[in-house]
Amino acid sequence: MGDTLAGWLQAIALVGALALCYRPLGDYIARLLTTSKHLRAERALYRVVGVDGDADQRWPVYLRSVLAFSALSVLFLYGLIRLQTHLLLSLGVPEMEAHQAWNTAISFTTNTNWQSYSGESAMGHLVQMAGLAVQNFVSAAVGIAVVAALIRGFTRNRTDRVGNFWVDLTRISLRLLLPIAIVFALVLAANGVVQNFHGFHEVTTLTGGQQAVPGGPVASQEVIKLLGTNGGGFYNANSAHPFENPTGFTNLVEVFLLLVIAFSLPRTFGRMVGDHRQGYAIVAVMGLFWVASAALITFFEHQHGGTALQAAGAAMEGKEQRFGIAGSSLFAASTTLTSTGAVNSFHDSYSPFGGGLTIFNMMLGEIAPGGTGSGLYGMLILAVVAVFVAGLMVGRTPEYLGKKLGGREMKFASLYILTTPALVLIGAGTAIALPGERAGMLNSGPHGFSEVLYAFTSAANNNGSAFAGITVNTAWYDTALGLAMVFGRFLPMVFVLALAGSLARQQPVPASAGTLPTHRPLFVGLLSGVVLIVVGLTYFPALALGPIAEGLH
Amino acid sequence: MPTFLRTHLTALRMLLVMTVILGIAYPLLVTGISQLAFPDRADGSIVKADGKEIGSGLLAQGFDLPKQNPDDPDEQAQPDPKWFQPRPSAGGHDPKSSGASNLGPNSEELLKAVEERRAAVAAFDGVDPASVPPDALTASGSGLDPQISVAYAKQQVQRVAKARGVPAEQLDRLVEKYTDGRSLGFLGQPGVNVLLLNRAVAGLK
Repeated sequence: MGDTLAGWLQAIALVGALALCYRPLGDYIARLLTTSKHLRAERALYRVVGVDGDADQRWPVYLRSVLAFSALSVLFLYGLIRLQTHLLLSLGVPEMEAHQAWNTAISFTTNTNWQSYSGESAMGHLVQMAGLAVQNFVSAAVGIAVVAALIRGFTRNRTDRVGNFWVDLTRISLRLLLPIAIVFALVLAANGVVQNFHGFHEVTTLTGGQQAVPGGPVASQEVIKLLGTNGGGFYNANSAHPFENPTGFTNLVEVFLLLVIAFSLPRTFGRMVGDHRQGYAIVAVMGLFWVASAALITFFEHQHGGTALQAAGAAMEGKEQRFGIAGSSLFAASTTLTSTGAVNSFHDSYSPFGGGLTIFNMMLGEIAPGGTGSGLYGMLILAVVAVFVAGLMVGRTPEYLGKKLGGREMKFASLYILTTPALVLIGAGTAIALPGERAGMLNSGPHGFSEVLYAFTSAANNNGSAFAGITVNTAWYDTALGLAMVFGRFLPMVFVLALAGSLARQQPVPASAGTLPTHRPLFVGLLSGVVLIVVGLTYFPALALGPIAEGLH
Repeated sequence: MPTFLRTHLTALRMLLVMTVILGIAYPLLVTGISQLAFPDRADGSIVKADGKEIGSGLLAQGFDLPKQNPDDPDEQAQPDPKWFQPRPSAGGHDPKSSGASNLGPNSEELLKAVEERRAAVAAFDGVDPASVPPDALTASGSGLDPQISVAYAKQQVQRVAKARGVPAEQLDRLVEKYTDGRSLGFLGQPGVNVLLLNRAVAGLK
């Protein structure tokens, strides 16, 4: 079988698997977010934690719960990392510096998983599993909880209640993420992903040298790193490491895991608003961008532009033999479109346009399909903007799913779409203006600029991947990127929850002849156009200085 | 108690409960099942020769000649002609520092490295420089890629055969034997596992 045919078959198998899960998984999530029944174990948990599982919260209370939980998570993780040399299973790693520990704690709490440390030399097993992996679960659950509140804003009328954060968090973590994680962790372990509590295991190689074979509870962490669109690798090489991703089969499983929840959530949305066609329209836009991006990156990697790649005869620098161009490009497109940020090949060495597309994918705002929960709320905000734009064209107050989009709603939507670009452009601009920070680039010229642009795009959009040549373990980068991650995660959530509250309060307006149907191909086209224009106008100058300049060179 | 404080106490208790379930119980459960059901894989697919552990079947290792001066950190390792050689590695095939070169597509440094590797590998294997396959010229993503392309393995057969004084046909058969196809026939790319191949080569009489 040729590489091209195999590449196509792999993509078709993936799309088929995702399509099969769309309805059952989306419906399951919808049921879990709407049922009033608690499991007995959950009741016990609520008693221990001290929450009333039947009391819904107003949006400011929901928001305060999100922020309190996240703040405590940062502090707890920071403490765990700083104290790890005194803990069990620390494997003798050195103490981590304060700025790097703060960056790491924020990174995992915000679902970014940017790593300025190297896993095998900086983290003990206990911090990996009881600190980092726990955040892999709960930060993903926080994202889904916030989108659940937004959907309730559309479905509920004349109420100030948008749900109970503690209940949402518990159900998503324990009823959705945990069961899938257990099953797929075993699938990965059965295929060679390691799962043990060993430290480095010394062996004598065939030539008589010494090699240290690493250990760790990797499979259990690998699966949630992808399923929760987190992306922080157990080892420095992330999913390129044979112990994290040993075969072509595990590679496809991992791509599937990082896409499956985000691609099924539109079904949850459609079901909760009582019209599945609304979900199909949203998933169609997500699918369009994902297919186009995967196809283009694969194309550019096959072309292997760039003097060094041309000299090598293929874009295999930073890629693994067992995945090849197709398996690497598919992973790269999916990980940068989902806020995952795991990598099975190193984007810094991608061809100029292939690597440029990975940056562009993140700039779309992680919406196609985006992170768990955050992808759908990002896309719904853009849907609100699209409906508003259409309303301006015909000169009437726009409405979406029966809710009027007035000044207050549009303010929140506009603030949402301004937040990340501001963080990216101000951050990257400042880093380039400072000579010390500019020196962090590994590569020179436009590619060096792309490294800095990539770093801030990745942090502010909570992706976590990198053009990893850049040296970011400095007090300045750890602090600045940490701030980009915090604001890039929580400011949008403030606006989303405020919007949810404002929508839930309204009395729905019945659809009339002048209402824009939001389930037709026309709306899919309109929404895609809005996504491209918003991103294009915001980021085009920065992209022109980096990847476009390099690619046209 | 003020609401502010109460919310944070709730958050702390929730975090601790989640840490016990997701951070302790879950990984222990997965470890327990994995260690019972597939202990070899869960422990890193360790490969043995003559009863001794020689590495992991999933991780590349170097097949270099001993250093002339073991105390000289600047001395470049020289490949040993008796062994099939793995792909270049940014971290010297050391699992303690996995990772890639991260050099860009137009990097002068990468261009120079590729050209030097092409010349060195062609001379080492006694082939035309133009025929050296890309995986022999580029560092892998993990620095621990256990495989090479079938083309690169075939290119090395004559050299290994000569260095060891064994018939090339025997090595051809071993290369074929240690070629992993695509998973399930269509996922990923075929490749040859260098450590398993070299272990078999070492066993030839």
